[in-house]
Amino acid sequence: MTFVIGRFIPVDPVLAIVGDHATQSTYEKTRLSIGLDRPIPEQYLIYLNKLIHGDLGTSVITSQPVLTDLLHFFPATLELATVATVLGVIVGVPAGVLAGATRGRWPDQIVRVVGLFGYSMPVFWMGLVGLFVFYGKLNWTAGPGRIDVGYEDVVDPKTGILLLDSALAGEWDAFRSAAAHLVLPSIILGYLSLAYIARMTRSFTIGQLSQEYATTALLKGRSFWGMVWRHAFPNILVPLVTVIGLSYATLLEGAVLTETVFAWPGLGLYITQSLFNADMNAVLGGTIVVGAVFIGINLLSDVLYRIIDPRLRLQ
Amino acid sequence: MTSLPTQNRVDGLLALPPTQNPLSSSQARWNHAAVLTRKLGRSPLTILGLAVVVILVLMALLAPAMTGGVSPIAQDLSGRLQPPGAAHWFGTDELGRDIFARTVYGARATLAIVALVGVIVVPVGLLVGTLAGYTGGFLDAVLMRITDIFLAFPSLVLALAFAAALGPGIVNAVIAIALTAWPPYARLARAETASIAHTDFIAAVVLMGASKWRILLRHIVPLCMSSVIIRLTLDMAGIILTAAGLGFLGLGAQPPTPEWGAMVATGRSVVLDQWWVSTIPGLAIFVVSLAFNILGDGLRDIFDPKSA
Repeated sequence: MTFVIGRFIPVDPVLAIVGDHATQSTYEKTRLSIGLDRPIPEQYLIYLNKLIHGDLGTSVITSQPVLTDLLHFFPATLELATVATVLGVIVGVPAGVLAGATRGRWPDQIVRVVGLFGYSMPVFWMGLVGLFVFYGKLNWTAGPGRIDVGYEDVVDPKTGILLLDSALAGEWDAFRSAAAHLVLPSIILGYLSLAYIARMTRSFTIGQLSQEYATTALLKGRSFWGMVWRHAFPNILVPLVTVIGLSYATLLEGAVLTETVFAWPGLGLYITQSLFNADMNAVLGGTIVVGAVFIGINLLSDVLYRIIDPRLRLQ
Repeated sequence: MTSLPTQNRVDGLLALPPTQNPLSSSQARWNHAAVLTRKLGRSPLTILGLAVVVILVLMALLAPAMTGGVSPIAQDLSGRLQPPGAAHWFGTDELGRDIFARTVYGARATLAIVALVGVIVVPVGLLVGTLAGYTGGFLDAVLMRITDIFLAFPSLVLALAFAAALGPGIVNAVIAIALTAWPPYARLARAETASIAHTDFIAAVVLMGASKWRILLRHIVPLCMSSVIIRLTLDMAGIILTAAGLGFLGLGAQPPTPEWGAMVATGRSVVLDQWWVSTIPGLAIFVVSLAFNILGDGLRDIFDPKSA
């Protein structure tokens, strides 16, 4: 674990220094006092030492510790990415299996086109058009932001995940408001992860169906779909966990544009705004959290392998 | 004498059966090209993708002629935010600029970014990958760890960080995207090299006394090219989306240069009333990246039937 962390940190001091040049004189004196005049290896060691002690520095903009900021912004992204991934899995996995099993016929073609659209759509544009149609014209969903202004401080933030908090507190009006704000961005992000998950599931399915055991099952009298779901699907699960984990991690990190369009106060928005304000401590902290989340999710899917695949349990 | 079946005459050379035993290297090459062209002809979707890409190139080259001399940056404050109509096919934006002209000229920025990123990423990826794969050992380990570091970050966040550090602008956007886009190519080239390096023909070239660099550049790199180029076509859509995303956040081409991502961003504040300002450039991004995706998919099927 430390090895992996050591691998992704060395980018950061470089960024911090380049960022400093970008901001010029105002910050330069303060930065000097923080220790930017020392040699880079020394800075790096100091930074590493602080990091180990959980100190990510102070944000120049909010003048709060970066860690506090991150704890404030991260739940919003977590909520959005989780709902989106759940949507992507619920639709994407069956669609992918269907496409793989009917390779070359019309269900496959439909899934392919839907996937291609998802791959080619600029998220920020889809968000704007979605807002225009469903909020502006039809008024089916709520507008940007996480919750209506009136409900903002109604619920005591226990987890920071508004749906959970309001449900726990029994504030159902606030729950509805939060859900109405969540629908559009999560469907749009869910569509992206759907496109990816469906495409990968399709190729895994095709790979499994060409194996000899699939033919054997059919020859023994299994119905085609019975074979697909009972024989092939369990074998698809293992690589699928990696894919879903990867897509989840990407959404947690990469929701930058969606969060900008929907004014969603999450990690992506925090990193972007800090970047524009040359708030390098915040950017570094955010990036480290992003990397840590990435690694954490990879570890989690390694653990899940062992639960799903009995062959790995024996070793 | 009975005439030949018409089909043969129409298809001409391409209808000849491929030779299994080519007599010369040029015949082998033509043969290969003919087989590929025929496969392409059987995939109308791929041709459609290719057609859109060709149209994009034409749009970029012939922008002044296509817009009939309408300037993409001429402002007309009395005619701002007009809906699409006869005078302005796609309407006008918040400064009264013609959106059709801006969309056509915007193809230049998109094409420039895509082409430049490709020109940077392919040689860098190839060099790092083949070098690592062929030399192995310490150099391999170092180069691959560097690659891993870049791969550990989501490319948009990394591109954002670079673009913000370098400052906004189209050249910096290209550099930022290229910096985040090369690692997969290095990985790919390394894997290909590893499988080529131990073949008999490389051993033969070594015995003939060829230098390391000659083997790398003349024998290994050409064999890696096709998979790298296909990968690049598949990545083009992603590059366009990243570039548009940077433009949307204000880190791409600077105003008044027309760029699709930035155009979507300017329409953001009026999207509920003047939908066309954002929608039309966004549609352009979507169509072009869809075309690159289709083309890449098709090319992959044609060149590599195994990974369909």
